[in-house]
Amino acid sequence: MYSQKVLKHFQNPHNYGEMKNPDGVGRVGNLVCGDVMWVYVKIGKNKKKEEYIKDIKFKTYGCTAAIATSSMVTDLVKGKTIQKALSVSKNEIIDSLDGLPPIKIHCSILATEALNEAIYDYLKKQKREIPSAILAKHKTSEKEQEILDKKHKNCRS
Amino acid sequence: MPLNFKTYYFDYASTTPVDPKVVSVMAPYFNKKFGNPNSLHHLGREANQVLMQSRETIAKIIQASPEEIIFTSSATESNNLALKGVAWANKNRGNHIIISSIEHDCVLNSARWLEGQGFSVTYLPVNREGLVFLNDLKKAIKPQTILVSIMHANNEIGTIEPIEAIGDLCRKKNIFFHTDAAQTFGKISIDVRKMNIDLLTASAHKIYGPKGSAFLYVRKGVKIEPLLHGGEQESALRSSTVNMPGVVGLATAAALSQKLMKKENAKMAKMRDQLIKAICKNIPSVSLNGHPTKRLSNNINLRFKAIEGESLLMLLDAAGVCVSTGSACSSAKLTASHVLLSCGLRPEEAHGSLRITLGRHTTNQEINYLLKALAKAVKKLRNLSPYF
Repeated sequence: MYSQKVLKHFQNPHNYGEMKNPDGVGRVGNLVCGDVMWVYVKIGKNKKKEEYIKDIKFKTYGCTAAIATSSMVTDLVKGKTIQKALSVSKNEIIDSLDGLPPIKIHCSILATEALNEAIYDYLKKQKREIPSAILAKHKTSEKEQEILDKKHKNCRS
Repeated sequence: MPLNFKTYYFDYASTTPVDPKVVSVMAPYFNKKFGNPNSLHHLGREANQVLMQSRETIAKIIQASPEEIIFTSSATESNNLALKGVAWANKNRGNHIIISSIEHDCVLNSARWLEGQGFSVTYLPVNREGLVFLNDLKKAIKPQTILVSIMHANNEIGTIEPIEAIGDLCRKKNIFFHTDAAQTFGKISIDVRKMNIDLLTASAHKIYGPKGSAFLYVRKGVKIEPLLHGGEQESALRSSTVNMPGVVGLATAAALSQKLMKKENAKMAKMRDQLIKAICKNIPSVSLNGHPTKRLSNNINLRFKAIEGESLLMLLDAAGVCVSTGSACSSAKLTASHVLLSCGLRPEEAHGSLRITLGRHTTNQEINYLLKALAKAVKKLRNLSPYF
């Protein structure tokens, strides 16, 4: 059910681990669903004085697809300008992995959300104005998180 | 797969390789002794003779009469026949059915389907170890109760249920008692008379027999409707041309398992306990799911903190090790195991669980390999996990 590319990234994920003093951190997902992604970013400036993803790392709790998409998204956005990084779509991640099983598509969405959250966190820490697209996506993530947390509370523990 | 890739199989509860002895007994029934047992000519009569012998072999193992054995295609079919067949045939007596909340999906979903047909179902709770309590059953029984179905042992956590006491209670209350023995037939001695079992499900492929062959024991006097109508084979309870290679394979595998039962159980229980001990010693933050002693001799089910089970399974798979999370049937679903959740585990605990099941061919060398591969995989995934 998993492509060779998915298995390759899963078995040897790129850019994993914690980052010391990250410029931004994005935390998405929920233990109840079985997928949690944390993305750390360091932002730098290129020759054109544009901000870009200088370094990126992830930590993921989840299935094969969750780990593979985490690895792939970090590969895809590393070195890209913030704008270009955020334009990486779930379909681009899926295609780069030679496809995902239909029930695992949400992992690719989670990966784009994690990156968006990390950028949002960076901009917020910088006390900068948050572009509306990032803000809108952040609000969606926040809402989903709330629903999940509520669900989690109702679970027996 | 690379040429030197070696498979380490630890998923015997999911399915088993057919024993070579079983294969050779089955072989002639594909193309030499291929007769239809319903045919009147000599090839048919010969097949019928063998069918009767196979029925006797199975009946003897569980202390039933041959005419009480109905050959089917799978444990799923047997369970469907037991639940739907008994419910349908006894609806004039009542519409209430009791099952446990940790039954296999084929029992659960048959019960759910019956709910849509006007039956009401009580799902009995289990404790942390997966045990059903007699008192809960007593309380759940109503005047309208017609059937109780509680599995002999659970397929995921291996907990063995007190079916003798349950059978005794059901008999006293005049309620039919069905047990899904897919995980125990050939592994635990079953006496349907002594245990007051009215219906029992078992399958060949769990005991080194072929896939596509199973049976349902139906005690004489149990009112039951068939699911399949046609040529009225199997006492008109299961119309279909009998799968002769499958039936012969089932009987041969069952006889072999019965013969080896004591020896195999002793060997596997020892391996199981040593492996549990070694894993808990070598890997931090591991807990055992299920019951410490009322447990199938080949079942280990563990939960690993801060790890998701599917990724652990896939990482072990890359090292040649076959294990499962919950049951193989649920691997296409995203929800945590209903068995583990019913035991009161939190979803993240259930997600982090892994089933290791031993079998006839498990060696100490394989166990040692598994131990090393497991420790390595857990370490790797915990390095990736934000929670460890």
